[in-house]
Parts: sequence; C-alpha cells; structure tokens
Amino acid sequence: MSYVPHTKEEVEEMLKVIGVSSIEELFKDIGPALRPKSFNLPEGKSEFEVKEHLERLSLKNNTSVINFVGGGFYDHYIPSVVDALASRSEFYTSYTPYQPECSQGILQAMYEYQTAICTLTDMDVSNASLYDGGTALCEAVMMSLRITERNKIIIDGGINPIYKNMLFSYTTNLPIDLIKISPHIGQTKRDEIYRHLDEKTAAVILQNPNFFGTIDDHSDIVERAHSLGALVIESVYPISLGLIKTPGSMDVDIVTGEGQSLGIPLSFGGPYLGFLACKREFLRKMPGRIVGETVDKEGKRGFVLTLQTREQHIRRQKATSNICTNSALCALRAVIFLSILGKNGLTELSKLNYEKSEFTKDLLKNTPGVKVINSPTFNEFTVFLKRNANEVVNNMIDKGIAAGLPLGRFYKGMENYLLIAVTEKRKKEEILRFSEVLNDAINL
Amino acid sequence: MNVPDGLFYTKEHEWIRIEDNLGTIGITDYAQDALGDVTFVELPKIGDSIRQFEAFASVESVKAVSDVYAPVSGKIIKINEGLLKSPELINQSPYGEGWMVVIEIADEKEKKDLMSASEYRKYLEGIE
Repeated sequence: MSYVPHTKEEVEEMLKVIGVSSIEELFKDIGPALRPKSFNLPEGKSEFEVKEHLERLSLKNNTSVINFVGGGFYDHYIPSVVDALASRSEFYTSYTPYQPECSQGILQAMYEYQTAICTLTDMDVSNASLYDGGTALCEAVMMSLRITERNKIIIDGGINPIYKNMLFSYTTNLPIDLIKISPHIGQTKRDEIYRHLDEKTAAVILQNPNFFGTIDDHSDIVERAHSLGALVIESVYPISLGLIKTPGSMDVDIVTGEGQSLGIPLSFGGPYLGFLACKREFLRKMPGRIVGETVDKEGKRGFVLTLQTREQHIRRQKATSNICTNSALCALRAVIFLSILGKNGLTELSKLNYEKSEFTKDLLKNTPGVKVINSPTFNEFTVFLKRNANEVVNNMIDKGIAAGLPLGRFYKGMENYLLIAVTEKRKKEEILRFSEVLNDAINL
Repeated sequence: MNVPDGLFYTKEHEWIRIEDNLGTIGITDYAQDALGDVTFVELPKIGDSIRQFEAFASVESVKAVSDVYAPVSGKIIKINEGLLKSPELINQSPYGEGWMVVIEIADEKEKKDLMSASEYRKYLEGIE
C-alpha cells in the first residue's frame, strides 16, 4: 500500500471539481513573502533505514540515571497491570468516541476515573480530564472569571513556573489583572496575598505542595477569600493526597493537577493528564467532557456523555472552553493505577515518599556545603548549595545521578538552589550514594 | 400554538408584557416547544442593564443552550428565582409561571420594533 496521500491524478481531479487550473492558482492569494522558501525535506528512506535512524536517536536518551528530578513530574513506579489493561484494543479503539454511548466500556472507565478524582481531592464533581496540569489550571482560571464576573487573579509565588508561563500565554489578550506574588520557598505569605485580595478578586491560585516542595494548610486563605466573594483554585500533586490535607477539606472551590504521577511514564512533552474538579454549584461552568450514570429503557445501569450543551460542538463560540480533547487513555491509566493501589495502598505510597524524602533531608543536613531550607515538605524539598547548582547537577550526571532541578533555570538569583525529589523508587543505597556524590561535587 | 393577545413578540420568540414602564419577559410557547424539556435557566442579576435584541439570559434544554434576547432595553428589577429550581415551568406555563425577568423599560419607543400577537401568529405560519 502506498502512503502517498494524493496521486497526481487525484490532485488534478480535485482541482477540476473546485474549478481552478493548478495548485499555483489555488494558492495565488498567499503572497511570495508569506511562503516557505523550502520545506527542506530529505529524500525518502526505507523502513529499515528510518528504524535505524530512530534507534540511533533514542540512544541519546539517558534512562539509566538515578532520578531525583521533580518540579511537577515524578519518577513513580508503574505496576505492569497498568500497561496490560490500558493497552487492550477494546480501550484503544474507543478512546475518542464519536458515538460515545456505543462504547459503554470506556464511558464507564471515565466515570470511575471522575469518581476516583473526586474521592482523592474531596470534591463534588470532576470532568473526564484535560490535556495536562498546566492547561487544567488555566481552565480553572477561566472558570473563576465566568463564575465571579470579576477580573483580578492573584497568583501565589509557589505556583509551578511552567504553569505560570502557560497562564500568561492563555490570558495575554484578555482584559484581566494578574497579580504575581514573588516566589517564596516556605509557606504561602498570607500578608502579601491579603494586600491584594479584595472584592474585585475573582480567584486566588495556590499550589500544594508548592513548587519548592512546601506543604501548607490553606484553610485560612480560603476563608478570607470567600468572605470577599473570591474563589480559591488549588493545584495539587495527587500522590501527596494520601497523606496531606485535601483541598476539599480546606473548602477550596476548584482543584486542578498533573496526573502524570498516577501511572503515566515520564516523557518529553507528554502525553500527560490534567485533572479538574470543583464544587457542585460550578458544574455548568466547568469545561470539558463529563460522563454521567443513568438507566436505559429497560432500567439497566448505563453511561452517557452529559451536559454537552456547554461544549463547543453545540455552544460554538459560547462554549466553556475551546479545548475539546480530553486525555482519555491517560485518564484510563490513572484510574487503573488508583484502583490497584486502593485507599490504603495510596496512603502507604504517600508515606514511603514522605519518609524517604525526610531520610534524604536528614542526610543532607549533615553534608558540608548543603543547607536544607527549613519548611514542612512531602517528597520534594529545596536546598542551598555552596556552588552553582547547574554545575553541580552537570557534574553528577556523569556519575549516573540526576540530582534535581536547578532553580536558577526559573528564577534569577536562585542559581545556588536545587530542588530535590525523592520518590518510593529510590532505594536506601541510591540515596546514600546520592549524598556522597553530591558531597564530592560540592566540595571538589 | 398559544399566542396570547396583548403581548409583544420578537422574531427570536421572546414575549414582553408591558404595564406602564415595566415589562415582564419570557419565551413563547413556540420556543419552549422547539427547545424540548428545559433543564436549566441562567438569569441575569437584579440591577443589570440589558439592551434591545442582545442576549441577557440562556435556556438549556437536553439538545442545546439557547440565548434569550431582550425585546426592549432596560434594567432588571426582578428575576423569577423559581426557574432556578424548577426550569420545567417554562415548558408548563411559558406565559405564566415561566416568566423570566421584569425590567424597567428604558425607551418606550423601542416597542415599534416588536410584533403584535396577530403579526407574530402570521410570522409563525411563515416558519412552519
């Protein structure tokens, strides 16, 4: 079979139907200045040659290093059952249902996913997923503008800088007032938020644990925001919720997060998973698809896509969002992951992360040239190094350790700060080796 | 189709009952029938200003969300909160309990752009 999309004959036939004589005539409205000089495509290659080329490229990846990098994406163990179930063709072929109700299996999986997200976050309703944690946060901001009909957004300094960039890009052409609180490693600075929080504020955006790893109980900020008619949006790390206070119990209005840690492999650029859950009263302002449970004409349990009237294919320019895609296969992995773990399993996993991270912290407290920043954390924390963190990380990569995220990449003046994540996968000997190699790299 | 006399109508199938400078607004029997079961109604807030022929509310049925347009300009002084709990009132009684808002009419003259009951009946015949 040929993979050439259009033969010369087909192109000529199409041109004839629309009544133009040549491709050149078809595109004549596009001036020469706007056209690419060349597509610079190499000659075609055989399957064998392409495969060899891709394999050579893949060897440039280094997957054998011991990973202490986090910053929103974490190296968690993925049980084999996740791949085994998620790659079943019944799910693969129905993941984007155009006649959704014909595919009861995937709809039920999405429904269970929504239930799992609500249970995890202590919220009332969840959609069937969005692209990733960043877009979910942006959509939550748009929601808060629709709900409150106000236009001021306060962004705490602990929000992931990648999400912040996405938010600026999302909102650049909107008449909204974005207040950026300066980055702060410890718990949220209440006074700075309160200085800006007023009756024009649509929402305060918080993150827990924040980008620097610090955990916080935001209940007081939520209470203050509500007293002024403002909402609170919180971005969370799902694995931490087995141990730390849930956003629902802090009375947060909209919860978002990156679901990569729930059984989705780390990769450069995704696909990842955005989750978004909120209070019931905001259901109709929520973007994305929602699966609902109902009964068929014989009274048997069944599933449907519900509240579709909010969506783009029906509501056109007034839809709640212009992103219609969800991450169905990633959401499926997440619900498999969570159901395999169960409630107790998740708590245990949370504890393992916390304990290993605390163990690492204690070790580093006794390492000369390293200052562990003092704040309550989950599985990630910030340290101050005697040397430039980027140099230290580069040095340690050669010894097989990805030591963390140098914060100078995101913040001027933080060139000596390193963000270190310790998941359940890190064995004691790996952590011991990490501290030795770090010691060598700093005190060369 | 029920088209009561004494009300004024728009091409988008809203009605308005004018008493002095006050106007009560809803959607017509034809509109509720075309939409099917109404499941949700979104109303403006008291004090909001609305402008003639611009959307000020929306009605959601199982099939679609439709905007509701203002027959004349004015300021919202009352909303039918009963619709938030019982949107089906729009289906059951479009000209009665299914009313949506009461406005203080800004400009009586805008009335000339609306249809009388007999004109609206003819307009509906043209549609069907």
